[in-house]
Amino acid sequence: MPDSPAIASSGAATAVETAHAAAHPDYLRHHFESVEQQADTTNFAMWLFLLTEVMFFGGLFMAYLIMRNWYYPAFVEASHHLSIFWGTTNTAVLITSSFTMAMGVWCAETRRKKGLLLSLILTFCLGLVFLCIKGIEWHAEWVQHHVPGLHYSVESFVNPASDPEIYAEYHDRALSPAMALRTEMYFFLYFAMTGMHALHMIVGISILGFMILRARAGSYTNGHVTFVENVGLYWHFVDIIWIFLFPLLYLVSRHG
Amino acid sequence: MSTSTIVRLPDQSTARIPRMNFLSRENGLLSWLLTSDHKRIAILYLISITFFFFVGGALAGLIRLELLTPQSDLMATDTYNKVFTMHGLIMIFFFLVPSVPATIGNFVLPMMVGAKDLALPKINLLSWYLYIVAGGLMLYTMAVGGVDTGWTFTTPLSTHYLNTHVISAGLAVFVAGFSSIFTGLNFIVTIHKMRCPGMTWFRLPLFVWAHYAASLLMVLGTPVLAITLVLVVLERTVHIGVFDPALGGDPLLFQHLFWFYSHPAVYIMILPGMGVISEVISTFSRKRVFGYTAVAFSSVAIAVFGFFVWAHHMFIMGISNYAALVFSLLTMLVAVPSAIKIFNWSFTLYKGSITFETPMLYAIGFLGLFTIGGMTGVFLGTAGTDIHLTETYFVVAHFHFVMVGGMLMAFLAGIHFWWPKITGRMYPEKISQLAAVVTFIGFNLTFFPQFILGMLGMPRRYASYPPEFQILNVFSTAGATVLGVGYLLPVLYLTWSLKYGKIAGNNPWQATGLEWQTQSPPLTENFTRIPIMDHEAYDYEWLENQQQKEVASA
Amino acid sequence: MSHISPVLWQYLVKWLTNFALFPPEASKIAPQMDALFFFMVLVSLVGLTIVVLLITAFSILYRKERHPVAEQIEGSTLLEATWTIIPLGLFLIMFVWGALIYFRVYTPPANAMNVYVVGKQWMWKVEHAGGQHEINALHIPAGRPIQLTLISQDVFHSFSIPAFRVKREAIPGRYTTVWFEATQPGTYHFFCTQYCGTEHSHMTGDVVVMTPDGYKKWLAESTSGMSLAQNGERLFASLSCTACHNDRADARGPSLVNVYGSRLPLPNGGTVVADDAFLREAILDPSQHLTQGFAPIMPTYQGQISEDGVISLVEFIKGLHSGYRLQQTLTTTTLLPESEGKAVPVRQAPPQSHLAKGWVKP
Repeated sequence: MPDSPAIASSGAATAVETAHAAAHPDYLRHHFESVEQQADTTNFAMWLFLLTEVMFFGGLFMAYLIMRNWYYPAFVEASHHLSIFWGTTNTAVLITSSFTMAMGVWCAETRRKKGLLLSLILTFCLGLVFLCIKGIEWHAEWVQHHVPGLHYSVESFVNPASDPEIYAEYHDRALSPAMALRTEMYFFLYFAMTGMHALHMIVGISILGFMILRARAGSYTNGHVTFVENVGLYWHFVDIIWIFLFPLLYLVSRHG
Repeated sequence: MSTSTIVRLPDQSTARIPRMNFLSRENGLLSWLLTSDHKRIAILYLISITFFFFVGGALAGLIRLELLTPQSDLMATDTYNKVFTMHGLIMIFFFLVPSVPATIGNFVLPMMVGAKDLALPKINLLSWYLYIVAGGLMLYTMAVGGVDTGWTFTTPLSTHYLNTHVISAGLAVFVAGFSSIFTGLNFIVTIHKMRCPGMTWFRLPLFVWAHYAASLLMVLGTPVLAITLVLVVLERTVHIGVFDPALGGDPLLFQHLFWFYSHPAVYIMILPGMGVISEVISTFSRKRVFGYTAVAFSSVAIAVFGFFVWAHHMFIMGISNYAALVFSLLTMLVAVPSAIKIFNWSFTLYKGSITFETPMLYAIGFLGLFTIGGMTGVFLGTAGTDIHLTETYFVVAHFHFVMVGGMLMAFLAGIHFWWPKITGRMYPEKISQLAAVVTFIGFNLTFFPQFILGMLGMPRRYASYPPEFQILNVFSTAGATVLGVGYLLPVLYLTWSLKYGKIAGNNPWQATGLEWQTQSPPLTENFTRIPIMDHEAYDYEWLENQQQKEVASA
Repeated sequence: MSHISPVLWQYLVKWLTNFALFPPEASKIAPQMDALFFFMVLVSLVGLTIVVLLITAFSILYRKERHPVAEQIEGSTLLEATWTIIPLGLFLIMFVWGALIYFRVYTPPANAMNVYVVGKQWMWKVEHAGGQHEINALHIPAGRPIQLTLISQDVFHSFSIPAFRVKREAIPGRYTTVWFEATQPGTYHFFCTQYCGTEHSHMTGDVVVMTPDGYKKWLAESTSGMSLAQNGERLFASLSCTACHNDRADARGPSLVNVYGSRLPLPNGGTVVADDAFLREAILDPSQHLTQGFAPIMPTYQGQISEDGVISLVEFIKGLHSGYRLQQTLTTTTLLPESEGKAVPVRQAPPQSHLAKGWVKP
């Protein structure tokens, strides 16, 4: 990393000029004065972007909150048809991937190319594992006719005994037909929220794939780590969204 | 009118447009389509929003023609419904939201803070492309038969009861939303991180403050609209949804989510316009804006309060009486900063040295029309009178006074004001003053009768109406014709001026902003050296000293 | 006026005759709302005049020819405080005044006469307690508080009577109410003001305000032969509601005698007031509205009864003050054919000859 002159905040024009001439690594975009300014700026932009993402998911959470309040029994019983095992596994997978991502950022900062590559590949794979597990769960819902709008069936809610495994575990009582219909609302929100989350995962994984290629060519370990940091921020954010989704969707009835 | 003027142009016989500038730097279509120069992107935006403005304007013309007579005789009701829906969608999402920020803001904001470009130039280009994709989708929607939900996409009408192209229209707005999010994000980051040495927050021009406030709204509000539209589209495709009462959903939830964006959206539209007015009034009265801090903070106050008033769109929709009470009170609070601005601008004229070039004429028009627009907003924010006035032409008139009388006037003021900076040439003064006056007269003739229509109870979005409302509608349509002329004129003479306008020189208005202290049109990197801000904003004495120094050194 | 073309002249005369600038004030609330309206107009005019005067005066006094050099003024805290506090004060007055009117319009008095209004694409169906139906028309007596209970069968609509200065959204799946007291007999427009699809602009009609005597006469002439409650009773029997809600000791459903307006215990220990909205919901979505001690065995009637049918049922339940009435209904149930239990829109039941003239679209 070149000696980085601080951005002249009070100095004379000449000071700024010199700074400009001295610090000019090829990754410094022309409109920034210094690497610090560039890193600072892009970081700030990422945080802002994550804020918009919070608002974006906020709308979904709002809808979830209201519907859960109105149709609590339906939400409870519908949630019993999700696999807590897979959900917990996926949570663990994502948390681990956040750890490997953080390792990646650290490796990039300390210029460890091998470590960076390893971390990125691990994160990439864990992301794929998450999506695969999600796929398994979605497939299970499809088999049980729990995909809203596509041959949705309320059979397992008006007649819980028709699903012996889940019945054995929870002893759910039969929902009234009207309430049973509202389980479709739960699954609608479930698919909307996990789908939107998965979409963010896919974007993240694609960026990771791109980064792995670049990292092999030696990028990110030359002192310019902003991109890795920002992708890290994004990855952690997607992780945090899941941390909220998991209890809201899987553990509806598990509160004291 | 203006025997005396502040315009100081270089000697036309010797003056030349600088050979090196952002326009001449590169040539060819690709150099435009792949540019990351904020000034070129601004021009791309300017061309595209002008196109959409005239599409929306043509639709407005059709609406006014239809309303000339009480019967729906020019077009069938469903055609009329499509026409006003497309008018609303295009004007709001493809003209008003990007109008000042994406064109003038994009062009001058980085220069005002003394930066070489916006913080994220590629994102800036991306947001133009998103705008174009969204615009394409919108035109596609129009070409295949249009959409008739009204611009508000009210559920369950939009989700289950219409067979028009709601999905493509929804997607168009969704994509346009992201274009606006990225613009806002770029502005906030630029204002925070790209200010030149010495440019403290309270030395920023008020234009920048206004854009900062508007950007906050874009960044925080637009995502909510995006997810709402996603849910609407899902509801239409899957037929399950959180908004349809027949399926257990809550139609009021849609209203809450929609207005959570769409009320702040009107501040997204008006705040940048207010920024333009601050610059113009200060320049043409040669005075610092009266109470700079108050005007700056009032922008931020509007942004903050603006987030907590959305339910005043729902007073008659069965929200609880107490919710109506709270939202009515908050609406009163958001009206105060606008009043402060109006008075501060008026007092900026006090002891000034005023001239009346075109931008100033538009700005004065803005003051009058925005006062009316703002006050009638209070009529609607007051819970009691809202019952009678909401959903009538009173709302239409109020909205157009703020948006057309306010924002469009400000946009035109800004375009004329910065035209010499953008193109390096002056627009023709006399005819543009005429256009400003024509616009003002046409505007009042078009929209003032609509207040009375609203008070009489004429509902909005009606293709036909009881015959006793006709005479006012005739006035309105006549006014729209005049207004149309007022809008066509600038297109003609501004295009003319690109080739035949007088050479403007660096600073024809003797304005103080940093953008005026460099050549016109500017260099690609804006400044040969990063400026150092060593004076307050709107410091006309500094400017005079500067000019004397230059004369001395020359 | 011979030099004006006669056609043009005719048009001019017609226009001027119909030229309206201000809507009639035909309800009790209208003058109150107009008072606030004119107060706000006054404030706006004063505000606008001040701004225009300031701008004009400064433009004349300080134009460049007269005042070549500007004097720099930073601002004035005192002035700025003035134009912060005075508008704020005025706005707060408007807020309080407006809130008072708002509460008045949306809080119906207890003695108001209830009329049901069902909105659907694209017509208004009005149901009077006596069973009179109207489409796109509303007949009411002057001098008596009228409460409208609104509901929509499909999308959002909005019922607006400009001459009365009242308006209320008709929302699908939810009752809303508004009330007024007409003062001037006459005919006034009402409109649907919430955009509701293709024929939105044709979803209009006339309110006919009659003298109390005229109204009585109209009621008698327009009767469909069966009041809403009677309709409801028929429906109650044909939907086999009596199988459970029969007020017997061993009944599987709660007794509905005197249930309207009472406080019902909920399974979770709370209580709820059985009002129109609750009864409607309890019919359409019973599992969500269980009372304590009863099993969720009632089927949903969502999609099986029209909104008019629900209104009739609710009216019937409202008037149910003794078990005897129910027993009577019980015995007549057997007389009705089974097939009628399916969703037969109530309004089709009465024979054609009984239809009120209000049925005919004006």
